[in-house]
Amino acid sequence: MMNVLTVARKEIQEGRRNRWVLATTLLLAGLALTLTFLGSAPTGNVGVNQLDVVIVSLSSLAIFLLPLIALLLSHDAIVGESERGTLILLLSYPVGRSEIVIGKFLGHLSILAFSTLIGFGAAAVALVASGTVISPASWRAFATMLGASILLGAVFLSIGYLISTLVRERSTAGGIAIGIWLFFVLIYDMALLGGLVAAQGRAVPALLLDGLLLANPTDAYRLLNLGSGAASTLSGMGGVAAGSSLSAPILTLALLLWAIVPLGVANIVFARREA
Amino acid sequence: MTSSVITSNVSKHYGRVAAVRDVSFDLKSGETIALVGHNGAGKTTLIKLMLGLIRPTSGSVTMLGGDPARGDFHVRQSVGYLPESVSFHMALTGRETLTFYARLKRVEFSDAELLFKRVGLSADAVDRPVRTYSKGMRQRLGLAQALLGTPQVLLLDEPTSGLDPALRQNFYDIISALRADGTTVLLSSHALTELENRADRVIIVDRGVKIADGTLDELRHIASLPTRVMIKLSDMEAAPQWSGDWCRQSGGGWEIGVDAADKIDLLKSLTAEPSLLESLTLAEPTLDELYAHFLGRQAAE
Repeated sequence: MMNVLTVARKEIQEGRRNRWVLATTLLLAGLALTLTFLGSAPTGNVGVNQLDVVIVSLSSLAIFLLPLIALLLSHDAIVGESERGTLILLLSYPVGRSEIVIGKFLGHLSILAFSTLIGFGAAAVALVASGTVISPASWRAFATMLGASILLGAVFLSIGYLISTLVRERSTAGGIAIGIWLFFVLIYDMALLGGLVAAQGRAVPALLLDGLLLANPTDAYRLLNLGSGAASTLSGMGGVAAGSSLSAPILTLALLLWAIVPLGVANIVFARREA
Repeated sequence: MTSSVITSNVSKHYGRVAAVRDVSFDLKSGETIALVGHNGAGKTTLIKLMLGLIRPTSGSVTMLGGDPARGDFHVRQSVGYLPESVSFHMALTGRETLTFYARLKRVEFSDAELLFKRVGLSADAVDRPVRTYSKGMRQRLGLAQALLGTPQVLLLDEPTSGLDPALRQNFYDIISALRADGTTVLLSSHALTELENRADRVIIVDRGVKIADGTLDELRHIASLPTRVMIKLSDMEAAPQWSGDWCRQSGGGWEIGVDAADKIDLLKSLTAEPSLLESLTLAEPTLDELYAHFLGRQAAE
């Protein structure tokens, strides 16, 4: 356990030194603040709903950005160290391979969580500072959104680690990471939409739709944030959510599995890999 | 002396390529061993096998009484390793780097701190990012991490390649001190001349096979290479009057190769009339020559 923390700590230290932490925090905060103030323009000052508007815009932002940041951080976590030659030395130390993987993962997750909390939190702070009154329900939804965003980051970190242990070269890992990002963030939903159009209004079995939504972590995330409460009416996701039986716990569970399974497989692959 | 590392009939195949074939040796405590061979002869593979980073295809490796591939804490803790062209995380400082490795080995940082002085890494360099380090400084930091926790076995892969002579001397001084403490030190190298008086024992590998193993004297004996005797005559114009196949050297001297058995006789007759000689030099076969000899013999078989 101590080794895990040592490895995680070094990863955070490096992230700070490489300006990764600073860059992602500033990026997220900048975009979040922009969305908050531009986003309130079309709706005007309707009062209590303002944080809900922010939640909708931030989740849409998070769906694009967090997977990208997570994959950028994680895709070379193992293969990069192996290529730079630092891995072989680390493996000769009294530290287990799973301790290396989990430690690095936790380090990266801390960086991502920190950036998300500070970056997105800045939007809420700015709203409060500008004198907006926010209802407790909105705060709860905002907190859920933060938690879900970190979980979404964890999912793509985990996928990135799996890529990183499977391939032999960094460039391959980078290519696969971009492919994964495009697939889950853009192509999947377009294909799903195309499929629904092709079905020409015939009812798609609910179970199939649920399965398809859970099979993509970004859809699970979207549904978790936008499927209920005030956000669902604002985002138009209410319709999809109403047609599906997926509750918040199921969606959370799906995201957790998405975060744990690839990392677990990465551990197994890495344990068998020869240095 | 007890054995720190034992390899018995170890082979390692990568697909159809045999990187190491049927190699056996044991390394004793307090012994300094030179592992010598061309690039790609299997030196690094042998070191990785001893560290347990890879598993042998057949045969077995024992490190400090255990299987290194199991990764026992106390075994890993007692082994120091300096990889070939060691690299570190560029963004961290030397101190942060060593602290990280010290934590993993459960070494007090105050002890780690002393290592900077021991390897000669200056105080201002310690707090600079590793990115700014020269090759020599990186190698010093590499040695510092290998020395963490006073290891019983030290495996150094090409430790002095690309280092300046002063640093090399410093390197070998540290190794001599370790030998006195009973540490097993294995140096892999192809810079043979500098290992000449530093290794107790030489193991030569070629294409994955161990082709020679012994002290320098033993290897000289097995190879029975001639000793070269070089003389300069007081009369530059004269030819040597002693029988044998004397060759003229560029500096005006003469040279002959003699077998160990005839060496003393030749020296006796040479020194019988000291006034004829201006200088006399003896050169035993160097490690380079021995190496070439064993490789040539291997190729002929």
